[in-house]
Amino acid sequence: MKNKSLIKGINIFLFLLPALILFFGILIAPIFMSGYYSFFDWNGMSSAKEFIGLKNYTEMFTSNSIGFGKALKNSLLLAVLSVFIQLPLSLGLALLLGKGIKGERFFLSVFFMPVLISTVVIGQLWLKIYNPDYGILNVILGKLGLENLQQLWLGDKKLALWACFVPMLWQYVGYHMLLMYAGVKGVSTDLREAAMIDGATQGQVNRYIVIPIIKPVLRVSVIFAVTGSLKAYDLIYVLTNGGPLHATEVPSTRMIEMLFQRNRYGMGSAMAVMLIILCFIFAMIISAVFKEDR
Amino acid sequence: MAKNKSNTAYVSDIDQYNLKKTSPVAKVFIYIGLAVWTFVNLYPLFWMFTFSLKSNEEIYGLNVAGLPQNWLWSNYPEALRTGNMPRYFLNSIIITIAAMAITLIAALMATYALTRIRWWGSKLMNSIFMLGLTIPLHASILPVYLILSKLGWLNSYQALIIPYSAFSLAMAILICTGFMVDIPKDLDEAANIDGCGLWGTFFRVILPLTKPAFATIGIYSFLQSWNELMFANIFNSKGDLKTIPVGIQAFQGQYLTDWGLVGAVLVMATFPTLIAYVFLSKKIQSSFIAGAVKG
Repeated sequence: MKNKSLIKGINIFLFLLPALILFFGILIAPIFMSGYYSFFDWNGMSSAKEFIGLKNYTEMFTSNSIGFGKALKNSLLLAVLSVFIQLPLSLGLALLLGKGIKGERFFLSVFFMPVLISTVVIGQLWLKIYNPDYGILNVILGKLGLENLQQLWLGDKKLALWACFVPMLWQYVGYHMLLMYAGVKGVSTDLREAAMIDGATQGQVNRYIVIPIIKPVLRVSVIFAVTGSLKAYDLIYVLTNGGPLHATEVPSTRMIEMLFQRNRYGMGSAMAVMLIILCFIFAMIISAVFKEDR
Repeated sequence: MAKNKSNTAYVSDIDQYNLKKTSPVAKVFIYIGLAVWTFVNLYPLFWMFTFSLKSNEEIYGLNVAGLPQNWLWSNYPEALRTGNMPRYFLNSIIITIAAMAITLIAALMATYALTRIRWWGSKLMNSIFMLGLTIPLHASILPVYLILSKLGWLNSYQALIIPYSAFSLAMAILICTGFMVDIPKDLDEAANIDGCGLWGTFFRVILPLTKPAFATIGIYSFLQSWNELMFANIFNSKGDLKTIPVGIQAFQGQYLTDWGLVGAVLVMATFPTLIAYVFLSKKIQSSFIAGAVKG
């Protein structure tokens, strides 16, 4: 009997082994290593690491040349824009398509399409769209006689972050729309019909029946939008790489610069840890807000 | 909220009622809105396609918006010749397929142990794996980089295959769980009585029944790896083993002012995915939904 359960145990372990190796090797162990490095001043080259306690963490928020605070502010602005512009747009589309209209499948498929395109391609494409001389945006403005609205877009310190947000929105509206659409489709038609018979308008049905039911999906979307903004990297890297004059820096661009340009491994690791902590905190806050609301 | 009894007799009436409710004016506005958003989604891609067929003279001569005056298909073979892109395509395919296969195998095996075998730690283990959904993977970039460089594995296929396999693992396990818990437990017991051990049950009973999950996980993992930039850019930035995203970045750096060539590369990198999407749109959409709705 004992023998049998031992064999079972070994088998369970063997079934889990590939996943465990990947998970602990690439995710869990590295995170603890980052946590460990974050307490040191270390340039990666020499074997000499100097233990400096929490100094990386305090310097991160106080030093202007590190610029983490500014970067964090930028990513929070992106998060706010995502939650209050992108998600409502997604929700609107999902409600519209979810109640069943002609061409539903077509619109759904088209709106979801940008999600599948590589961020590098999207970034490169928008670089061309924003090109001050030959980009489609300025050219169209010129043709409409609106030369005074032509801008440098990504080259303008004040506009650059907003200009980065537009392709971000463009890329992910469809993703959130699809999740919400799946939720809306899950609302039983009986419930809608009953409400309609009682004289509820389309808007009231959405407001009082559909939205409360799809709240779990909305929660997931808000969490993805916020943590996604905190983690944002690819698109920013392609469009501006943090410029002009650091106007579009986000935590990840700072982290990569610290690690691979400035060789400040300790500081870069501290930023990595900070990112994990922030993502968890925000995910928890958002979940709590949604629970309270219920 | 009490759920009202279904009353099928009303359904046809209500459809009419529903139609009446949405006034024609509102309908016009709805379709105008949808048409505008369709345009916003499609036009940039269409524009990308048009400038991939133009010469620089045309772009700089300010035919930016219109159709090409002469369709310069030769941009495509030229982009292929100059940018080493076929090689990068091959690299991306190899890396993506390998990562996909590893993720799939690891996730199927782990999920089997977590959902079909009864043991004390299955719940705990599952929630540990689910942490992987929230943890930002970037955070592990330095330690993974150091390990790879110690092993001498930078600028190699495995430098990306291994991290990419780990990336989609948590989501793959989540998707897999959704499929596996639906299989009745009696099947395992029956297999056991017939003399199948755990492995026999896994291969002969559970795997065949989980087949629909393969595509869902595969698609998810494919897109994760195919489009990834940050790790690829740090781990495989030199030599011939770049993936498409890094290759595009390098190409664009080299041929910054050559719009036609850059456009051709962008189109070639995008259209295979989009063509696959035309045929598999439902399947692809459902793989995104499967992952997130429970998450």
